[in-house]
Amino acid sequence: MSATIISSPHGARANRVDLIMLQVLLALVPGVAAMTWLFGWGVLINVALASLVAVAAEAAVLKLRGRAAGPAIRDLSAFVTAVLFAIAVPPTLPWWLTVLGVLFAIVIVKQLYGGLGYNPFNPAMAGYVFLLISYPVAMTSWLPPQMLAEHALGLVDSARLIFVGAPPVGLPWDAVTMATPLDAMRQALDEGQTIAEIRQSPLWGEVGGRGWEWVAFWFFVGGLALLWRRIITWHIPVAMLAGLLVMAGLFWWVDPQTHPSPAFHLLSGGAVLGAFFIATDPVTACTTRRGQLIFGAAIGALVFVIRTWGGYPDAIAFAVLLMNIAAPTIEQLTQPRVFGHGRSNG
Amino acid sequence: MSPVSLLHYRRPRRRLWRFNGGIHVPDEKALSNGRTIAEAPLPRHLILPLQQHIGAIARPCVAVGERVLRGQVIAEPSGYVSAPIHASSSGTVVAIEERPVPHPSGLAGPCIVIETDGEDAEVAPLPSLIDYRHIDRAKVLERIRACGIVGLGGASFPTGVKLNPGPDHPIETLIINAAECEPYITCDDLLMRTRAETVIEGVRIIQHLLGAKECLIGVEDNKPEAIAALRAALADSDLTATEVVAIPTLYPSGGERQLIRILTGKEVPTSGIPALIGVVCQNVSTTAAVADAVLDGRPLTSRLVTVTGRAIAEPRNCEVRIGTPAADLIAHCGGYAGEVRKLVCGGPMMGFKLESDQVPITKGTNCLLALTPAEAPDPGPALACIRCGRCAEVCPTNLLPQQMYWHARAKDLDKVQDYNLFDCIECGCCAHVCPSHIPLVQYYRFAKAASWAREKEKRQAEHARLRHAAKQERLEREQREKQAKLREKAAAVKGDGAGGGDAAAKQAAIAAARARAAAKQAASRAPDAPRSAQDAAQHSAQHSAQDAAQGRPPDSPPDCAPTPPREAATKAGAGAAAHTVTED
Ligand code: SF4
Ligand code: SF4
Repeated sequence: MSATIISSPHGARANRVDLIMLQVLLALVPGVAAMTWLFGWGVLINVALASLVAVAAEAAVLKLRGRAAGPAIRDLSAFVTAVLFAIAVPPTLPWWLTVLGVLFAIVIVKQLYGGLGYNPFNPAMAGYVFLLISYPVAMTSWLPPQMLAEHALGLVDSARLIFVGAPPVGLPWDAVTMATPLDAMRQALDEGQTIAEIRQSPLWGEVGGRGWEWVAFWFFVGGLALLWRRIITWHIPVAMLAGLLVMAGLFWWVDPQTHPSPAFHLLSGGAVLGAFFIATDPVTACTTRRGQLIFGAAIGALVFVIRTWGGYPDAIAFAVLLMNIAAPTIEQLTQPRVFGHGRSNG
Repeated sequence: MSPVSLLHYRRPRRRLWRFNGGIHVPDEKALSNGRTIAEAPLPRHLILPLQQHIGAIARPCVAVGERVLRGQVIAEPSGYVSAPIHASSSGTVVAIEERPVPHPSGLAGPCIVIETDGEDAEVAPLPSLIDYRHIDRAKVLERIRACGIVGLGGASFPTGVKLNPGPDHPIETLIINAAECEPYITCDDLLMRTRAETVIEGVRIIQHLLGAKECLIGVEDNKPEAIAALRAALADSDLTATEVVAIPTLYPSGGERQLIRILTGKEVPTSGIPALIGVVCQNVSTTAAVADAVLDGRPLTSRLVTVTGRAIAEPRNCEVRIGTPAADLIAHCGGYAGEVRKLVCGGPMMGFKLESDQVPITKGTNCLLALTPAEAPDPGPALACIRCGRCAEVCPTNLLPQQMYWHARAKDLDKVQDYNLFDCIECGCCAHVCPSHIPLVQYYRFAKAASWAREKEKRQAEHARLRHAAKQERLEREQREKQAKLREKAAAVKGDGAGGGDAAAKQAAIAAARARAAAKQAASRAPDAPRSAQDAAQHSAQHSAQDAAQGRPPDSPPDCAPTPPREAATKAGAGAAAHTVTED
C-alpha cells in the first residue's frame, strides 16, 4: 500500500526520478552515436548486453530481497549504470567480461548497499575498475577509430569479436585492435619520446586523439542539454574540468615537451563524459554546492595525477571512486550557513 | 540636473535582497481573481471555535439559549496572548460543544453555535478612535485586542500583542506582508484592489503605534492592479516614509522571515522574533482589520476568503461571516465541479487537508481549495532519496532537507535537531521538487512533534526527580532535627556542658535551614513554572510560520508518542503527529 500523503504540499510534484534518468539516457545518445560511428557496432552491442544484464540482475536481487522489482526497474537507474559502463569499456570486450562487470556493479556495488540512493560508490565506475584490475589486457585493447582502421568491422565481425572472441577471418588480433590515445601517449612518453615526436603519429587529430575529439564534443553537447534541462548543475562539471585543465596547464607550461597540452587531456579520454555524466551521479557525489566544487576539482586534479604518474592510462574511474569515499566528509565540512544563524545582519 | 537627465530620471529602484532557493510554481491566481467579491449569505448556523488564534483559548461568556447580536463578545480572552470571539450575526446560542474545526488533526474543538435569526442586528459599534494620535497607545492597543484582531494571513497571532514589542525593541521598520505568495490564494489581492485606502489607514495607525520610522509594503509583482491601487491610495494620503515595493514573484517570499530579508537584507536570528532586529511584520488584511477596529469600532466578524480550485464551479472571493460552514460557502460558489481529490484549508503549499466540509471558516482561514485529481495527483509511493540535492537548492532557510529526512526517518531526534529542524518553516519547497516524491514536510512535522513530546517527557521526568530529591531532603532534615532535639534533651537531662548543647542545637538549626533553602530552590527550579506571557508570545511568534499552516498553537502539547503514528493521531491535541508517515 502506498503512503497516504495528507501533509502539504498538495499540488503536483515538479520532478520524477524516472524522468530524470530518462533525460540522462537521452543526453547520452549523441555521444554514444558518435562512438558507434567511430568504433563500430561493438559499442551498441555492449550497451544492449549491459542493459539486459543490469535489468535482469536488479530484478533477481530485488526478488531475493523480497521486494517488488517493478518500481526499481522503472526508475531507469539500472539503464544509466549499464550504458555508462558499456561506453567506458572497449568495444571489443568479451561478452562474459561485460556480464561480470555489470553484475558486480548492480549486485555488489548497488544492491548490496541497499539499492539506488544508498550506494556510496558509483556502480558503473566500480564495475569498470573491477574489470580493469582483474583483466587489464582485455580492458585496454581498443579499436582504432574508423578513419584509421584498415579493416572496418561490420555487425557480424563485431558480434564475433565479442561473443566468440575471434577476430575476422584471416586477421590477427593485433591488426584489429589499437591502444587508446591516452595509452599510446603514455607508452611513447615512457619510451622517452617528446610530445613533438609523438604528435607525428596519425593517431592524433587537431588536439586530442583522432576521432576521440568528436566523441568528447558530442558528450559535451549532451552535457549542455543536461544543464539546460537542469538535470545537473554546473558545479561539478565545471570544477572537474577546471581542476584537470589547471593541473595539465601548469605542467604543460613548465615543460611542454614531456607533458601533453591541457586540450589533449580534455579531448582524448573520458574527461568530458566523466565531468557531465559520471562525476555528477547524485547518489555518490556531494550535495552541498561548495562541496560539489571541491569534489569536482579534486576529481579533475586526481585524473591528471593518475594519468601522469599512475599505472593506468585513463583515470576517471579511479578519481571518481576515490572522491566517492571523500564525499560524505566534504559534505559535512561544507554545510551552508542556515538562515538566521551567525553572520551580522544588513 | 540638466533637462535631458530630468527627462530620463526615474526613481531609483529600491535595492532588494535574495533568500536562498525558493520555487516558481504556476500561481493559478487568475482562477479566482477575475470575479468580484461576493457577499456570502448568512448561514443558518454559525459555528465559532473558541480557539481561532495562537495562545490561550477564549472563555465563553454567553449561555446556551441567550440571544446575541452581531459584534457582541461571546468569548473572552483568557490571557495576554489570547483573543475574544464576537458573534458574527444575531441569533440564539444553541450549543457550546465540541464540533469539527479546521485543524490538521481533523479533531474537534470547543465551539459556540449560534442559530442565526436573519435580522443581522448589531450591537452599537465602539466609539471611533479617529484621533488615535492623541490617545494613549495602550488604549488603542486595547481596542485592537477588544475587536478580536489576529493575524489574518493564516498565523492568527493576536495583533495587539504583536504591535506591542516592548520598550527593549525599538522598531525601525514596519513591513506589511502583501506578498500573497501561495498559489491560488487571491483574497489579499482583492482586498488591496478594493480597499486600498483602508489598508493605508491601517498602515498609518500601526506605524504610529510602533513608532516605526519607515514602512515597506511588499507585494509580489504578479499583482499589478493591487500595486497600482495601493500606490494611488498612498499618493492621496499624507503618509511619508512609506513605500509600496513590488518584489519578484517567488514562493515563499511571503514567509515572514523571507519577506524581511527581501526588503531589508536583514535576517531574523534563529528562534528570535523580528522585533529583535527592529522589524514588525503585519499581514495586509490584518492591517485593514486594524483600521476597521480603530476607526469604525468594528470587531472582526467577517473576512475575505478565496474559494478556488478547479473542483469549484465558480471560484471567487467572498466576504464571509466567521463561523460560516465551509460547505455553505462552497455552495455559494456554485458547489463542487467534478471530482474533488482534496479539500484544502489554505494554499496548496502549506495548507492542510480538510476531512470534511462541515468545518467553519475561522479568522485564520484565507482559502478553501478544492483540487481535482489533475491538480493534486497522487505522488505515488516514495522512492529512496537519490541525494540529488534539489531540496537543499530550493530551501529558503538553507537547510539540508535530505539530511533531516535521513535522520527523521531513523527517528534520531538529536541528529535532526543538529541539522536545525526547528528552523524549518514547512514551506514545502523541498517536497515539491523532490524527484523521489518523499513527503519531506510530513517527516519534519513528525520529528518536531516527537521532539516536543520528548521534551515534555524529559521535563516531567526532571520534575519527578526534583520532587523526589526534595522529599529525600525533607526526610533527612526531619531526621536530623529529631536527633538534634534528642541530643538537646539528653544534654538538659545530664545538666552539664550547657554551652556545648547550645552550639549543637544551633548547628542543627543552621543545617536544617540550609536543607530547607536547598529544597525550596530545587522546587523553584522545577521547570513547569509558567513562563511569562511575553516569553510565550515570543515563542509563538517564532514558530508562527509553521503553525500558520496548521492553525495550531505552537505551545499546544504534542501529546503524541513518536511511534506508532496512527495511535498518536487518535490522541487529542496530537496536532502535527496526525500526519502519518508510512513507507513501502
Ligand atoms: S530532493 Fe529528494 S531525492 Fe533529492 S536529495 Fe532531496 S530528499 Fe533526496
Ligand atoms: S519545508 Fe523546511 S526543509 Fe523544506 S524547503 Fe521549506 S524550510 Fe526547507
